[in-house]
Amino acid sequence: MTTSSAVTFDATAPWQLNEQVSLRDESFGALAYHHGTRRLVFLKSRELVDVVRRVAEFESADAAIDALVPADQHARYVSALTSLVRSEILCGR
Amino acid sequence: MGAESSLRDRFERGLAAPICLTWELTYACNLACTHCLSSSGRRDPNELSTREAKSLIDEIAAMQIFYINIGGGEPMIRRDFFELIEHAVDQHVGVKFSTNGTRIDEAAARRLASIDYLDIQISIDGADAATSDRIRGAGSYDSARRAMDNLKAADFGQFKISVVMTRESIEQLDEFEKLAAHYGAELRLTRLRPSGRGVDVWQELHPTLEQNRRLYRWLLERPNVLTGDSFFHLSALGEPLSGLNLCGAGRVVCLIDPVGEVYACPFVIHDEFRAGNVRAAGFQDVWQNSELFRSLREPGNAGACASCGSFDACRGGCMAAKFFTGLEMSDPDPECVFGHGESALAAKKVLLRPTPSPDHSRRIPVSISSR
Repeated sequence: MTTSSAVTFDATAPWQLNEQVSLRDESFGALAYHHGTRRLVFLKSRELVDVVRRVAEFESADAAIDALVPADQHARYVSALTSLVRSEILCGR
Repeated sequence: MGAESSLRDRFERGLAAPICLTWELTYACNLACTHCLSSSGRRDPNELSTREAKSLIDEIAAMQIFYINIGGGEPMIRRDFFELIEHAVDQHVGVKFSTNGTRIDEAAARRLASIDYLDIQISIDGADAATSDRIRGAGSYDSARRAMDNLKAADFGQFKISVVMTRESIEQLDEFEKLAAHYGAELRLTRLRPSGRGVDVWQELHPTLEQNRRLYRWLLERPNVLTGDSFFHLSALGEPLSGLNLCGAGRVVCLIDPVGEVYACPFVIHDEFRAGNVRAAGFQDVWQNSELFRSLREPGNAGACASCGSFDACRGGCMAAKFFTGLEMSDPDPECVFGHGESALAAKKVLLRPTPSPDHSRRIPVSISSR
C-alpha cells in the first residue's frame, strides 16, 4: 500500500492516480473503483476526470488544477481532490 | 442534495456498463433452499462451457466492469470454478461470490485465501441451525459455519455473512451482528423476494410492516452493515438508507444466467425480463441495445405512487416484488411502508401471479451429509 487514510492533502505536493484504481468513463464523468478498499467513487464532471487522469503529469495538484480548470473553480477542485485523497483514489508520488 | 439526485437521474438513464453484474455460474445446487431466487437444483445441460465462460470474462474485462458477483446454484460445484475466477482476477476483474459454503474445506479455504480481489459471501438464514435449516435444509447451517471456520483458519481475511430477512431471521439481528463480530466478518442483509421458489414462501415469510420499521431503524444506526441496496423501499420511512436508493434493473444492474441469458436483475429470472443471450452478439450488445433495457432506461411513470409524498425516497419500490406478487409496475411495492401495497393486492379482483420460468428445482428433496 502506498497510501493510508491518514494521509492529508497538500495541494502543493505531487500526486498520482492510485494504481489499484480503475476508471471508467460515463456520460456524467467517470466511475472510479478502488480494488483494494472495494469502494466505488463517482467523479461528477469531465474536468475532474481529466485532472485525476493527468495529475501525475504536473509537479503539484495546484499546477494540474491551474492548467486544466477555470481559475474561479480552483477552490472547488481542491476540495474534490481532498476527498479523493481521503478515499485513496489519489496517492502521493 | 441536488447533486446526488441528479446523479441518480443519470443512473436511471443507464450506464456504459453495469456496476453490479451478477453471473449465476450454474443451476446445479446441493441444497434446495425454499426461497431460491433462481429455482436452482439441477444443472442445465446447455450451461456455458469453460471456453464460453472465459470469453465472457474477457468481454467483461474489456467493458471495464470492475467486479462480478458470482452466484448460482452453488458456483463451487462447477469443476472449472477456480479456473474461471482466477481468469477474472488475472484481468483485474474482481470477484465477489456467493456460496452455501459446503465446498469450502480446509484446502479450498487456503486456495481462496491466496487469490487477490476476491470476496466471499456465505449464506445462512438464521443465527442458529434450527432457524436457518428450516429454509436451507438439514445440516446446511453447520456446514456454513465450518466454511467460516476454515476461512478464518486460512487467514482469508474479512468475508461476508449474508442473510435474507424473513419473518424469523429478522428477529435475530443482534445475534447475526455478534456472529459477524466473532469472525471479524461483514454482515450483509438482503430482502426476501417472491422470485424463483421464493414465490411459494413469500406470503408467510416476508417481514411484517412492524418488523420492516424495526429493520430500518437498526440499519440506520449501522451504516457498516451491507444491504446491496436491497431495502430502498424502506427509505420512505424518513432519512434514506445508505446506497443509491433506486431500482437499478437494466440501468446499473443485470444478471447473466448459467445458459447465457441476460435478465434485468437477479430477482427477475422470467421471460418477461429477458433482454437477450450472450451467445448471440455478446454481452455488450445486449447491455447497450436490448429493447427491454432501453425501455427500462426511459423516464418512469410513478403510477399509483405519483401522489405520495415519499415517491422520491422509494421510487415505488422493487419491480420484481411487484411482478411476482401479481401487481402492476404502476402499483406500489407490496411491502410499501404505508401499507399501500397491501391495499393494492387486496383490491385486485383477480390476482394473476406469474409462474417462474425457467425452473431447475430438483424433483426430490435433498439433504446433505456432514463431511
